[in-house]
Amino acid sequence: MRLRRLNAIAVKEVLQIWRDPRSLMIALLLPFTQMFLFGYGVNLDLKHLPICTFDREGSQASQDLFKHFQASLYFAIAHNVKTYPEMVAAIDRGDCRAGIVVPPDFSERLNDAGTASVQAILDGTDDNTANIAFAYAAAVVSGYSNDIQLSWLDRQGRTLQQVTPLVVQSRVWFNEDLVSRNFIIPGLVAVIMAMVGAQLTSLTIAREWERGTMELLVSTPVTSSEVMFGKLIPYLILGWLDAAFCLTIAVLWFAVPFRGTLFALFLTTTLFLAVVLSMGYLFSVLIRSQVGASQIALVATLLPAMLLSGYIFPIDQMPPFIQDLTYLIYARYYVTIIKAIFLKGIGIGQLMMPILFLVIYALAVVGLAARAFRKRLT
Amino acid sequence: MNANNAAADAQIVVEGLVKRFGSFVAVDDVSFRIGRGEIVGFLGPNGAGKSTIIRILCGLLRPSAGRVLVGGIDVVSDPERVREHIGYMSQKFSLYRDLTVEENLRFFGGIYSVPRQQLAERMRFAIDMAGLGGREKALVATLAGGWQQRLALGCAVLHRPPILFLDEPTSGVEPTSRRRFWDLIHTLAADGVTVLVSTHYMDEAEYCHRAALINQGRIIAMGSPDQLKRTALGGELLLLKCETLGPTLAALQQAPGVVDASVFGNAIHVLVRDAARSLTELPAYLAEKSLRPSALERIHPSLEDIFVHLVAADMAKRRQAA
Repeated sequence: MRLRRLNAIAVKEVLQIWRDPRSLMIALLLPFTQMFLFGYGVNLDLKHLPICTFDREGSQASQDLFKHFQASLYFAIAHNVKTYPEMVAAIDRGDCRAGIVVPPDFSERLNDAGTASVQAILDGTDDNTANIAFAYAAAVVSGYSNDIQLSWLDRQGRTLQQVTPLVVQSRVWFNEDLVSRNFIIPGLVAVIMAMVGAQLTSLTIAREWERGTMELLVSTPVTSSEVMFGKLIPYLILGWLDAAFCLTIAVLWFAVPFRGTLFALFLTTTLFLAVVLSMGYLFSVLIRSQVGASQIALVATLLPAMLLSGYIFPIDQMPPFIQDLTYLIYARYYVTIIKAIFLKGIGIGQLMMPILFLVIYALAVVGLAARAFRKRLT
Repeated sequence: MNANNAAADAQIVVEGLVKRFGSFVAVDDVSFRIGRGEIVGFLGPNGAGKSTIIRILCGLLRPSAGRVLVGGIDVVSDPERVREHIGYMSQKFSLYRDLTVEENLRFFGGIYSVPRQQLAERMRFAIDMAGLGGREKALVATLAGGWQQRLALGCAVLHRPPILFLDEPTSGVEPTSRRRFWDLIHTLAADGVTVLVSTHYMDEAEYCHRAALINQGRIIAMGSPDQLKRTALGGELLLLKCETLGPTLAALQQAPGVVDASVFGNAIHVLVRDAARSLTELPAYLAEKSLRPSALERIHPSLEDIFVHLVAADMAKRRQAA
């Protein structure tokens, strides 16, 4: 490999990127719009879920319960209905996602037996929301039940410690507020880098074939590896810029906590870029058409990165076969790494496994790309 | 420079070259030698195999059989070393159109590892040669065709290759630019550069030291333009005009002293052993068959006439063989 020729290819590539609006758009505009589009669009937090209440008793106790719902961040009471059909209609229309029904003997049973039940009716068409809503509703009800227990104890002149020997308290680590954005955004950076990286390089060799400059290049003493590395280096720099850009937006705009070290982030991001850039390069070599290669690159990078990387959908909840499949998805390793670096702040040492997988992946793809593009006689 | 000299100091040696693509034979047992400082033109119809031969010589295609030495180096076993010694201008215009004149030259300077201290001077030379002074910062895409071709030549000679392959460098370029391009090629050859150039403009054969006529993968004639004009046809040429082309052609093909006759536009080209004799004998011969040509005269064929004849004759021979 001669530095002079490598340099000539790299400089030429930079000039071409600079003068090609399509490359520039992909490199600069795409990450920016994607960050905001997905950053705001994908939100798994349940807040102010509209519910309707059906108070069949109309007592002080039932109103207290509803006040607990109203006071919670998770629910907003949209309707108060008088009959079951009204409630069903409200849920059917989509005005409400859940209904809370207080039975006619609510306060009576509460006073007599010390226990009463409340009915929750959930819209199961979105089972994810329904599950979360049910859990939150249970939490609100148990909060209310604690309150009345306390006031009952109060009346008895006793304190909490005496009757409650065990209190279960769950504490969430690393994303204390359970803000879904905090675990989505770092993963989103990975998805965007996967897509943009492969897009950029998918054009590079195909462009030479389409414009007829490839034959000239082959007739010169330049070697295949000089062409490959000469072309990949400018895109690696562009990839670093894009990554820095996305990560800055994540931290400064979306206020995602960053607890790791920049060194760990830089190292793993570079590895990941090596994989995605040579992946795009490989498609470009194999397909030889800019449109074809960029479409294949999009499908091959975006879909697995979105669906199978654990970016949104937890891998351990996938069927076993699909779980095995995700080991093939290189984005999975980077998503794991970047979430860990962001939220847990752990260093290279604890990330050895995913890093090792990424290294193997990078070597394999770079090797394949180098093999695919040979200046060979036909 | 003549053929004997060429053999003594051969820069390009091709022996028994064959290239097959599947069952199609693109190059069929071709042999030739080209000497230092010689300009050899490949002429022939599209698809004759001109580009295929040049691409094999540049190490872009692997020959199916035969031996190819370029600058004394075997192209098949060591294509990378050959590439350091050649300049190649491909059929398709193939500079980077989104780069400027200067950027293209600098790129090729880097690719061919032109020493940095010489690069400025070499670039100056190429720019002057192409007549592109003052347009160094212009994007190649904005240049007219003739300028682009000359810049491509400039890029191909930037590293002073002793051997230059030009594949249809003048196609699509207007006549005055073509003329100027050939002047450049002659300047380079005078400095000892060996040039192999293909063209489908038959008149450009006149600019070459030697021309090779290629048809269906074979060299059917090769020599200096003068040599070709004197001997390639194997006879002398008459032009005959008449009303009744068909019967006259049939009669001529049987006539004594006639080697061949073929329709050429709205007249007949008659190849005869002795022009002077046929000019007196043919009218009488035709008159016996009640055929009256309106004109019969000797013509001094251009290279184009000769090539058209040779190609037609070659086709006829192949049809008979098949």
